[in-house]
Amino acid sequence: MPIPLDAAEVLNREFLEVRAKILEIAAALDRLDRADGSVSGDQRMERIRQGLAALARPGSDRAEQVQLIFSLPYEEGWRKQFQLTEGRG
Amino acid sequence: MYYIDPHIHMVSRVTDDYETLAKMGCVAMSEPAFWAGFDRGSVDGFRDYFRQLTEFETKRAGWYRVQHYTWLCINAKEAENVSLSREVIAMIPEFLDRPGVLGIGEIGLNKNTRNESIVFLEHLDLAMKTNEQILIHTPHLEDKLKGTRMIVDMLCDDRRIDHSRVLVDHVEEHTIRAVLDEGFWAGMTLYPVSKCTPQRAVDMVEMYGPERLMVNSAGDWGPSKPTAVPDFILAMRLRGHPESLIRKIVYENPLEFFSQSRGFHFNPPEVPEAIGG
Repeated sequence: MPIPLDAAEVLNREFLEVRAKILEIAAALDRLDRADGSVSGDQRMERIRQGLAALARPGSDRAEQVQLIFSLPYEEGWRKQFQLTEGRG
Repeated sequence: MYYIDPHIHMVSRVTDDYETLAKMGCVAMSEPAFWAGFDRGSVDGFRDYFRQLTEFETKRAGWYRVQHYTWLCINAKEAENVSLSREVIAMIPEFLDRPGVLGIGEIGLNKNTRNESIVFLEHLDLAMKTNEQILIHTPHLEDKLKGTRMIVDMLCDDRRIDHSRVLVDHVEEHTIRAVLDEGFWAGMTLYPVSKCTPQRAVDMVEMYGPERLMVNSAGDWGPSKPTAVPDFILAMRLRGHPESLIRKIVYENPLEFFSQSRGFHFNPPEVPEAIGG
């Protein structure tokens, strides 16, 4: 289903909001750097870095890619691990 | 525009919210059973909760001519207590023939544990034995992808389940495809921080189309907004989508899904809408 607005209209509508959100992220990262201590080894920081990198890549599925970065992996064999049988009913 | 909120926890809201929702066009809502913010200690605690859902909330909604429907279960957060869960599941049939009960829900997973999975499967079994529709909660944040895939696995494993009678709620960009591809209904929950915004919900409508798709507010005791569905309606309009498409998602789709429940008896609003677009 197409977006009724063209790209220029989307940009006109959303430019200031996108700018504001980027500023919020920048300020939060600055806050982390100003605070005492270090979180460089925290896995959440690595996910934030991966999320920011995903924004810079081309494509129309960035939101899905960011969701995947912040998700625990699905494991095919989970039923066996839980000792649950398949094929009920 | 008239609309139906298919997932909202009105027991957590004040009566003024019913009035506000009625003023904004809400003509009906369905309220799944959920976590009260603390673990209940006995089956009688759930029996009282189910009475509240099927008796008092229906009455309170009726004061503002909003039609209230409900779903019954023990939610995933309390499912770690398997013995209590089994007592509750055994008690649920006492309420299934009450007016306005649409089925079993919101069942699902929370932290994707073995006990949650066992209780989820036992709810599915109850739903199949009593021919009920099912409304499903999917986990939040980092647990959502894994939990949604596990839920879809369990649903697809059970050959008795008619996929068109199952609504999987709280879908987001990384889970919506798996739900729709298997023929289930999908609900997008508009909720600050942990779920979806109106703008992203509109994006998903544009990417996946309006079939078997709904939006809800989940308005509950947390920081949520019971008027989130009107926010979605406005976001769709500002994006340039026709009224007919918006109405399909916020009114016709819930009506079509709920109509499959024997407990759904809906009185359409007496004042017809002029449909544009």
